[in-house]
Amino acid sequence: MHETTLLLIEVGALLLGMSLLGRLAGILGISAIPFYLLLGLCFGDGGFVPFEASEEFFQIGSELGVILLLALLGLEYTADELFGSLKSSRTAGIVDALLNAVPGAALALLLGWGPIAAVALAGVTWVSSSGVIAKLMRDLGRLSNRETPGVLAILVIEDLAMAFYLPILSALVIGVSLWQGVVSVAVAVAVVSLILFIALRFGGFISKLFPADQYEPLLLGVLGLTMLVSGLAAEVNVSAAVGAFLVGIALSGRVAENASQVLTPLRDLFAAMFFVFFGLTTNAVDLVDMLLPAAALALVTILTKLATGVFAARRAGVGTLGQWRAGFALAPRGEFSIVIAGLAVGAGVAPQLAPLATAYVLFTIFAGTFLARLPDADWFREAVRRRRVAKTG
Amino acid sequence: MGIRIEKVDLPGIGIRHDLVTEGGRRISVVSHRDGERDLGFFDEDDPDACRDSIPLNDDEAAALADVLGASVMLSRLTSLSDETAGLYTEQIALPTDSPYLNRTLGDTKARTRTHASIVAIVRDGTVIPSPTPAERLRAGDVIVVVGTREGLDGVSRLLANGPD
Repeated sequence: MHETTLLLIEVGALLLGMSLLGRLAGILGISAIPFYLLLGLCFGDGGFVPFEASEEFFQIGSELGVILLLALLGLEYTADELFGSLKSSRTAGIVDALLNAVPGAALALLLGWGPIAAVALAGVTWVSSSGVIAKLMRDLGRLSNRETPGVLAILVIEDLAMAFYLPILSALVIGVSLWQGVVSVAVAVAVVSLILFIALRFGGFISKLFPADQYEPLLLGVLGLTMLVSGLAAEVNVSAAVGAFLVGIALSGRVAENASQVLTPLRDLFAAMFFVFFGLTTNAVDLVDMLLPAAALALVTILTKLATGVFAARRAGVGTLGQWRAGFALAPRGEFSIVIAGLAVGAGVAPQLAPLATAYVLFTIFAGTFLARLPDADWFREAVRRRRVAKTG
Repeated sequence: MGIRIEKVDLPGIGIRHDLVTEGGRRISVVSHRDGERDLGFFDEDDPDACRDSIPLNDDEAAALADVLGASVMLSRLTSLSDETAGLYTEQIALPTDSPYLNRTLGDTKARTRTHASIVAIVRDGTVIPSPTPAERLRAGDVIVVVGTREGLDGVSRLLANGPD
């Protein structure tokens, strides 16, 4: 069969499969991310029917997917929101980082994967999925709840922390001498700080470059700038994803609103391809070996996220039920965990990290989505009330 | 008017306004970035949680606000500044020594002089929407003006000192 024909058939079949799985996820009320990962596993190395022709196509798509994920994340936040969250929830952000990064790092060291893999796995377990959680809160009608601002603020801080974490990880995985490593980390942090400063200070000016109301030039312009800055960022070893995030932050006002409107369908397409590609390149056979460590890690870090949420909600003066809600809502990990694992594995750090991260994300998303609904159950509310009465009475 | 409405940022989603009623019940309005609003009612047993929320579109929210009363209508006016870049709303208390005290609105020629529009007057807690030029300004009036920053400053000066 002709190469292009095979490509069309494979890509078409995958996209169609993704669509059906997306619908299934919608009916079940959970994120489609785990389904995309599983689909990729089925048709990748060690899967049922390894697809050959479409891998390169999905690879390019997945790179665009990461860039668009981050760019739209940046578009979502205004400078005020970033700094407001930093100010109001700094302590919760630090508790979150410590409690959740340490178990990941510890497991990597325990498995003998070395310090760089430990940094990577620390990131995998630290960052919650802001996409999954924001959608979950909306679906469960919790936007008006009192614990919600605290949960969202933690997500914002994590996303902002990623802007520094990803370039540091990129610098580390290049794997040079210690001194060169220190230099490249310093350069990465300096570059990110500079871009962030420019983006926040002169964002209005950058937004003026684009026509807010002409969708086609806006789409091409914002996509072009994002890819350009991402490429340049990757060139100086600041991860491409971070470049995209910073472009998103820099755009503001109507340009940001309309840009996120025109880019969202593109993001949905390519981000889905990113998750499928990650599954495609992960060996399904290795996954079986990693199920046990991933389950243990998921269990521990769901508990640490629960503690984080309880801490943040309690500080905000929210009652016991609200503390449970905040804790369980933070459990799902998603896009960032996969981005981090992809970055590390792509650079040749501990190849088992990919199957571990896949299984880990599968566990936390499924468990998190289920656990988040738990505090709404009548028996749970009743149990909390009884305990409270027992305590005070 | 001892009503306290708390404003809470919801990063990535929008803004929320909370109101606790005298009876201790909490009502909240989530304003999404795209203009959609959710009206939330709180659980009596668990005051942190929203029992039910009703999505409202722009027109529905506006209509409901009209029904609920004048002071709500005013807060809707003031939110204009968030939505329209460069256009602001301000409530200016009529200075007690204003040269326009007990004169008609038409006498101020505010629109011609400052390019800002007087859209309402609040008097004794009630609102006079779209006042006509024949409306007489009284002591204690609060004048609701829409315009550019300079326009609003112009109206403030005009009401305090008369035309430059």
